[in-house]
Amino acid sequence: MAARALINVPKTAKRGAVIEIKTLISHVMETGYRHSTEGQAVPRDIITSFSCRYNGEEIFATTLYPAIAANPFVTFHTVATESGTLAFHWIGDNGFEVTEEAKIVVE
Amino acid sequence: MYGRCPPKRNAGHKAGHDGVLVAAVALIAFLHTNLALAEIPLDQRRSGYDNMSAATKAMQDDDTANPATLSVLDGEALWSGKAGNEGKACADCHGDAAVSMRGVSARYPAFSPAKNQPIDIEQRINLCRTEQQKAPALAHESRDLLALTAVVGKQSRGMPIAVAEDEKTKPFIEAGRQSYSRRQGQLNLSCQNCHDDNWGQKLAGVPLVQGHPNGYPLYRLEWQSLGSLQRRLRNCLIGMRAEPYAYGADEYVDLELFLMWRARGMTVETPAVRP
Repeated sequence: MAARALINVPKTAKRGAVIEIKTLISHVMETGYRHSTEGQAVPRDIITSFSCRYNGEEIFATTLYPAIAANPFVTFHTVATESGTLAFHWIGDNGFEVTEEAKIVVE
Repeated sequence: MYGRCPPKRNAGHKAGHDGVLVAAVALIAFLHTNLALAEIPLDQRRSGYDNMSAATKAMQDDDTANPATLSVLDGEALWSGKAGNEGKACADCHGDAAVSMRGVSARYPAFSPAKNQPIDIEQRINLCRTEQQKAPALAHESRDLLALTAVVGKQSRGMPIAVAEDEKTKPFIEAGRQSYSRRQGQLNLSCQNCHDDNWGQKLAGVPLVQGHPNGYPLYRLEWQSLGSLQRRLRNCLIGMRAEPYAYGADEYVDLELFLMWRARGMTVETPAVRP
């Protein structure tokens, strides 16, 4: 099943207001340090990076590591400057790539 | 060797016997107190939610922060997706889950006339799959079965738990109560020892909760995934070093039924988050 992502961005905000953005994505975040019951190493399968662009400009980016739990929940703040689109981008092992968008109206 | 040696001192000998007697009387008194303590008064029951940190509560309260929502979304896709030789989806018979499944999982485990015994919500979904959709039953704790129980369970959120307590279910509630209060495993503990007699204390630094099943299937941070009540029961059984039953065993269903009866009237939080 495809990865599912949940984005929580306020639909409207006052110009200059600090807004909270919450993102949650489904991912096993397999560390690569575990072994199966047959003794085989379970290969690493994690999300390696996440970024957010606000009308094309990168406002937040982070690198993820094996110690991060499954289904990473990333939340951050930004200043509502203008109406437009927030684009979210996750990249991971085995060609994992998800993009999501959210609209915001700034008054 | 040493244990078999008779005590050397005469005075000590007699005192030793008295000590054993006092200890035995104290132990019997303790066991009786334990029996008397059984059953939490209805107005003193607490959801495991009350013991959680503010951060974990916030995670459960906000659907966009609750990782179980990811499974609910999977479940909604499965609900409307066609499956099996009949090519039918859940939605083809039941329509909108928000309407048809409202309050359903608050009533489960429920008595199945066909099986002549109670069945839990996982078994009910699998019955639909094998009999209506002609699809293979989903494995316990599989991603799809958890997702479907989550989407069905979510429709009872905020409603009171109300399993049937009638002539048909009573013997099974009683069987569940028996296994709840039976000491078992290498640690010789019963469920009751922790969850009725010592709730509110701590076990290995973790708050000991009353153990009400009001949020299943739930996202457990320790599991990093959604899990069923049977998985949680298995967890407790292993903790007291007892042999867990196989998934889907009648003993689990009886226990689930008893626990739901014990939590009657409490609010369903499905899909909940627990630490």
